[in-house]
Formats: sequence, structure tokens, C-alpha cells
Amino acid sequence: MKLALNVNGKAASIVVDDPEMPLLYALRNDLGLHGPLFGCGLGQCGSCTVLVDGKAVRSCSVPVSSAVGRKVVTLEGLGTPAKPHPLQQAFIDEQAVQCGYCINGMIMQAAALLQTNSKPSEQQIRAALAENLCRCGTHLRIVRAVKRASEAMT
Amino acid sequence: MTTHISRQLASESRRKFLRTGSALVVTFSIGGIGEAAAQAAPPKTVAADQVDGFLAIDAKGNVTVYSGKVDLGTGVRTALTQIAAEELSVPLARVTVIQGDTLLTPDQGITFASLSIQVGGMQIRQAAATARDALLGQAATTLGVAKDTLTISKGTVTPKSGGKSVSYAQLVGGRDFQLKLDPKAPLKDPKDYTIVGQPIARLDIPDKVTGRFTYMHDFKVKGMIHARVIRPRAMKATLQAWNDFDCRKIPGYIGAIRKGNYLAVLGRSEWAAIKASKAVETTWSDWQGLPDKAALWEWLRKVKINKDEELQKIGNSAETMKTPHAKIVSASYNFAIHTHGSIGPSCAVAEYKDGKLTCWSASQQTHLLRKQIANMLGMPPGDVRCIYIDGSGCYGRNGHEDAAADAALLAKETGLPVRVQWMRQDEHGWDPKGPPTLYDYRAAIGDKGIVLAWESEVFAPDRPKDIAVTLLPAELAGLPREDPHPGNIHQSLAIPYTIPNIKATAHWLAETPFRPSWIRTPGRMQNTFANESFVDELAAAVGMDPLDFRLRNLNDPRGVELLQRLAKLANWPSRTGRVQAGDVVKGRGVSYVNYELVRTYVGVVADVEVDKKTGKVAVKKFYVAHDCGQIINPDGLKNQIEGNVVQTTSRTLLEELQFDRAKVTSVDWKTYPILKFPDVPDVAIDLIDRPAEKPWGAGEPTAAVVPSAIANAIFDATGARLRSVPFTPEKVLAALPKA
Repeated sequence: MKLALNVNGKAASIVVDDPEMPLLYALRNDLGLHGPLFGCGLGQCGSCTVLVDGKAVRSCSVPVSSAVGRKVVTLEGLGTPAKPHPLQQAFIDEQAVQCGYCINGMIMQAAALLQTNSKPSEQQIRAALAENLCRCGTHLRIVRAVKRASEAMT
Repeated sequence: MTTHISRQLASESRRKFLRTGSALVVTFSIGGIGEAAAQAAPPKTVAADQVDGFLAIDAKGNVTVYSGKVDLGTGVRTALTQIAAEELSVPLARVTVIQGDTLLTPDQGITFASLSIQVGGMQIRQAAATARDALLGQAATTLGVAKDTLTISKGTVTPKSGGKSVSYAQLVGGRDFQLKLDPKAPLKDPKDYTIVGQPIARLDIPDKVTGRFTYMHDFKVKGMIHARVIRPRAMKATLQAWNDFDCRKIPGYIGAIRKGNYLAVLGRSEWAAIKASKAVETTWSDWQGLPDKAALWEWLRKVKINKDEELQKIGNSAETMKTPHAKIVSASYNFAIHTHGSIGPSCAVAEYKDGKLTCWSASQQTHLLRKQIANMLGMPPGDVRCIYIDGSGCYGRNGHEDAAADAALLAKETGLPVRVQWMRQDEHGWDPKGPPTLYDYRAAIGDKGIVLAWESEVFAPDRPKDIAVTLLPAELAGLPREDPHPGNIHQSLAIPYTIPNIKATAHWLAETPFRPSWIRTPGRMQNTFANESFVDELAAAVGMDPLDFRLRNLNDPRGVELLQRLAKLANWPSRTGRVQAGDVVKGRGVSYVNYELVRTYVGVVADVEVDKKTGKVAVKKFYVAHDCGQIINPDGLKNQIEGNVVQTTSRTLLEELQFDRAKVTSVDWKTYPILKFPDVPDVAIDLIDRPAEKPWGAGEPTAAVVPSAIANAIFDATGARLRSVPFTPEKVLAALPKA
């Protein structure tokens, strides 16, 4: 079956044999997007996070069919190395990455946060990212990066 | 091997061979890996005693560094780039690092034990120094001037007095050095460094934050199929029966492969493989051979001891323990089984073609992996090529190598490129584990509070001669494999203190419940937890400040300086003392390590709050004084130190493998929780840079002191001594002094 999606501002059409397939696999395997990553498939870690109509969604845990008619934004859609989004720039400036596997989720979750709270406190940032897991222990830099981005986005 | 693959697949496999011929098509390009994989690589030495093993300079003057040590998310690729660029006096942008490719990079040993810079980087530095010296000599001949009148800048050699110059590209561009690595080649004077010692931004971060980075998980080979491995219902259960009737209804399902207790399903798409893994029906034997977790430590005490090993022996502790009127202090400690907990479950791709196997994975040990896969498949190691691609952080030997072996086994069996992606329950349930360790300590304290004797004993799994973690698919499929080895977990049981009589003994056990492996700071973390907790207990027994007590028993100026810097950083003592009103009490603990007694020095102070009502421990802040000699990249170093503190705080407070008699039951992040943002401590760091000294490792040493610092802080806050990691609220409540 053919599904019409809107990903990173562009129309994208994919053919799937199972509309229940998680959105993550459509983004990664059908559309070749590598921002969202498979971490747990259970919605527990956040590394697959994308924005759906501006809200942070665990793409491993929602069917691809649920994205039809909505606007999906992945890490690639925020910015590029040449023209990074303020959050991406802040993560570079704070060197807020170790292995980086969780970083997609951190940035996408933070992007959702900044849409509803443009000047979050450190405590609010920590709370907003509470269900995004990082194993390398980059948390302090991640919090600083989100804070820095929020200040840059005035 | 029983293979149940549809006829369709078999013909597809044949067609694929006809269509793709010999050229391997890869759909990505990153940092040279793509090109390296795609071309029939020219013969290149991987000898570690040859400059050409490590370095190449092309016709444009661009430098390629071949590193057997790999990044693993630590940022060491950037540090190695700095080291090579500095020693060769070329701009950073002209240096590319190829990592962990058995065809291209020397075997520099496993990327573990905090040795990537200390050993791997120094081999590269020495190769660069050898090259630099040879290039200078060649330039002197070319320019007709004396070698010592020359200077190098940006890869160009020029007389100091000016005049005609010659570039590296002109001198060697595109040709081999054909030089033996000279261990005595003169090194650049650290005073002249402009790149080493600088907080150079990591090279991988812009791509990682914009979704342009190629992780192992993103790597594709044309014609690749997808596999999922079906895990036994119990760790050592026998596969009695299986069928894939329901799988066959799944569009894109290809078939299954079974060998012994190994079963994998194959799909044309990833989702088809996942669905098949849920649809396949299996019957396993009822195996219940794991110890009772509730009585794990009692079980461990009964395990047969293969041999005892004295790890440190000074004076005569046994006699000294009998000193009349000496006060004997004793304590036992234990440290739970931990999982690596990579955020991205292991993933690998392999292709078998014309009798040769190529395997891409995030392995920390491609050269060793090659030997292991060759052994498993009965192939000559020379016919196996293992290539590293950055994956999710592994923090030791996690499942990456097992996934690589999965892919290798399935690729050889199907004749198709196979991608194996472990699911979350595979990684949590089946990665090899940091083994459980148990400790007994005794000390004799004489008059005036002087410690006369110290005895420590560790009970830990035995170490076979060769270091390797058994490959899981080899174990399940009953194929040739190596004996399990837990890593160099004997390290750091020996103590740095000047106690006149010391005996440290390892009891090497014949058995451990789970496939053992090294996980960040293996053995050193557990051993240092016990050592530095017991030091704290002794300080308390003699009524001394724990930091003063350490200083009094330390005869190492570098260690003393470090502890003094730590005291200043943490504004020690400013302790709150034990008598505090309210349910939430504060405390601070100190800990110290001279890693393996021969390298990196770390001292930490932990500030904690303990809720006496709930037993919950909140680690508020860590102060770290760190001396790893010459610092290559201070910001990269701080990133590593912060990571060590946060990850180990998680391990100390929360982490413990759960299992029943059959299998691991902590198979996701709910059942094996790790530290989350609201509970992450702040970290303050004092880096002691010694540019004139050798650089030592920093990937692990800070982690060694974290559990004991937290234990000592809890004691300071409450008087409760936590001797069993993790410090769960239940254990804290049980240890609290009865009011």
C-alpha cells in the first residue's frame, strides 16, 4: 500500500505492506534518514524521537500510518552542518556529544520543549529530558547546550 | 547446519552474484571507510614496526593515519588526529584517521583499559616522529643544506634562514616510507606544541548533531537482507523444535537458519525480520542452571577456586595481624553484575563472497574479532576482514562482536550480505556481563592509630591465558570458540599506601553465572570500591579525617599534590558532620586512585544527600582532581571525566542485573534503570596538565573512585556503611544506624 507522508517539509511517498510498521523504519529504511535511531523499540529511551506536528514522538512506537496527513520533522530537517539549527549549533559549541547515539533524541525533545517554553530553567530542561536516556554521561553538556540554544533563540 | 531458506532466496543469491560481480557497492561514504571498502584495497603493510603501517602522505600532502585503536564515542579519533598533525607539523584539516580495519590498520590491541592515547597514540606519535625525521633528512639532501638548519610548517620544509622550500608531497607524496619505526626518533618539544594540548572541537560532532553521521546502524550494502536472532528461553536451553509456519505469511519473509541452539530468521526488510522473530514458534528444554539471585554471594563463596594469586605482598601481614593489643578491623564487600547498556543495541553487516568474508561492526577489537570469527567458521584469518564503523558507545566488550559473529555466520550460510540488528532485549539479556565480585578485608591498627597490616582478598572469575570474550553465536551453535575471559580484573587491587605489611590476594573462581566480559574500568572499579571504602573505614576507626589519613599513608609526591589540589577544589573539609536534623542529611566522601599503581592519578570528593526516611541517595556534586600527564585535548578529557562520573553514579546507585534461575529478567530500561537527567550530579574538575610527561589514559580511571566516594559520603552523612553495590534505598535503610 502506498502512503503519502510529509517529512522535513517535503512530500514523500512510500510503499509499505504493513501500515502498522513503526514510523522509525519508514524514515530510516524507506526514506534513508539517519537522524532518528533505533534504541529500544519500546519508547523508553528516546533515541528515535522525531517531531510530528511539532510534538516530540517516539517513532519506534507509532505506526507509520499515523503520520499520514501530519508534518514529520527529523534531525535532518532542523538544519545542516553548513546551516545548523540553534540547538544543533549549541550542541557543537558545548561539545555535548560522546558517542552521540542519544543526541538525536536530546535535540528533538529539546526542540519540542523550546516551542512551549522558550526560556526554560536548568531544572525544567532536566525534567523535559528525563525520559531521554544517555549512557555516555553527557547530560551536563546537553543541559548546557539546550540552555545556550534557548538564549540564542531570542 | 540446517538451513530453511526458500528456493526463491537461493535463486536470488545466485542472481546477485551474477549481477554484482566482484565489486562491492556501498551506499555511503565517510571518512575514507567507504572508499576503503569499495576499492580493491592495494596491498598495504599493517606491521606495527613500520611507519607505513601507521602513516601515508599522498601526492597532495594529505596525511592518512591508520589506527588500530577506535573511537567508540570517546573522541579519541580527534585526539589521534591532533597527535599526528602536531608531530608532523601539518594542519589538522589535512589529517584523516582510518580506524580498526584489519586490512589497513596495525593490530594495536583491543581498544580498552584506557590505552588508546597512552599506547596507541604514542605508537602513532613515534611513527610520525620517525617520518618527520626522515623527511627532514630527505629535505636537507634535496635543498643541499644541513638538516638542523631546517624547520617545518604546514607540511613544508624550509631553511630557518628562508629560501627554497620543499613540501612533504614533493618528498614522499603517494609513495611508501619503507622505514622501520624508530622508537628513538626525536619527538617535537612540547613547548612548541600548537595543536596538542588545545581544546580542539571534535571532528564528528557536526555530523552527529545534524543526522549526517553514518553509524554502524546506518550502514548498508546493496542486496543486504535483514536478520533477527531467536534467543533461547533459558540461557543454556536446548532447542527441541521449531517451525516458521506463521512467518511464511509475512510479506518479505525469506527463511530461517538453525544450527544447534542457534536460530535466526531472515527478511527482505527489517520489519519483515522483526515480525518473523515474533511469529516463529520454538520449543526449548527447561534449563534452570543459574544461581538463586537472592543468595548470589553465598553461592559465589562456594564456587571452586581454580587458583590463588598474590597481587601484592609487602612485609608479613599474617604475623603482624597477631600483634598484641592491635585492633583488628574487618569488612566484606560485593559488587553486582552489570550490563554495558549501550543505547543502540549491537548491529553488524557481513558479506561472504568468493571464499572471503567482510564484516562491518562497531567492534573495539577488529583484529581479535577476525581471529575469533575465523576460528568459529573454520576459515583462515587472512580470508576474514573486519572493519570498524562507529556505533553506539560500548564501554567495554558489549554485544558488538557477537552481532558481528551473527552476521558473519549468516552471511556465510546464505551467500547474501546480512545485517543483524540486536533488539533491546538481546542487548540487555545477552551481552556479556561484568561479573559479580566479592571481597574480604582485614587490617591491624596499632597504638597511636597507625595501620600495621592490610589484607585484601577478591573472589572473581578466572582468567584463561588468552584474552577474549566467547562469541555468543559460536556458543549457541556449538562452533569452535575461545574460553571466556573476564578481562584484566586483577588490576588495582594492589594499594598505593605505605602500610608496612600488605597482602592482596585473588581467588580465581572456576565459575561465574554469565558470560564474563570487561565493562568500563573492569576490576579496577570493583577493587577500588573495596580498597577505598576500607581505607575510609580505617580512617574512621582511628578517628582521622579521611583525606588526612590518605595523605599520611601516601609517599608519592604526585599523589600528594593531587590530593592537595582536590582539597582546595572541594574546599575540604567543610563537612557537615553526623548530627543533622531532618530526614535529609548531607555528607561528603573522598576517594583516590593511582590507576594500576603506575599511571593516571584521580582524587574525587562526592557530596551526597541521603533521605533517611526513604533510603534514597542523591549525589549532588562531584569534585575531580585529575592527572593523566600530558593532556592532548583538555575539553575531550573533561567530557570523558564527566561521563565517567555520571555513568558510574548510575552504576553505583541503580544498576544490578536481574535474573531468575533460567535467564536475565532485566531486559529493558524499566527493569534495568539507569540514571536520568534530574538525578545527574554536577561535576567540577581540576585538570593537572604536565606537558613534559607522557600522556596516560583517561577513559576509565575516574570511574574507579566514584562508588567508594559515594559510599564514604553516605557514611559521612548517616554513619551507615554501604558495602554492596548498588546502593539501593532498601540497602541504605537496612544499613542506617538504629536510632
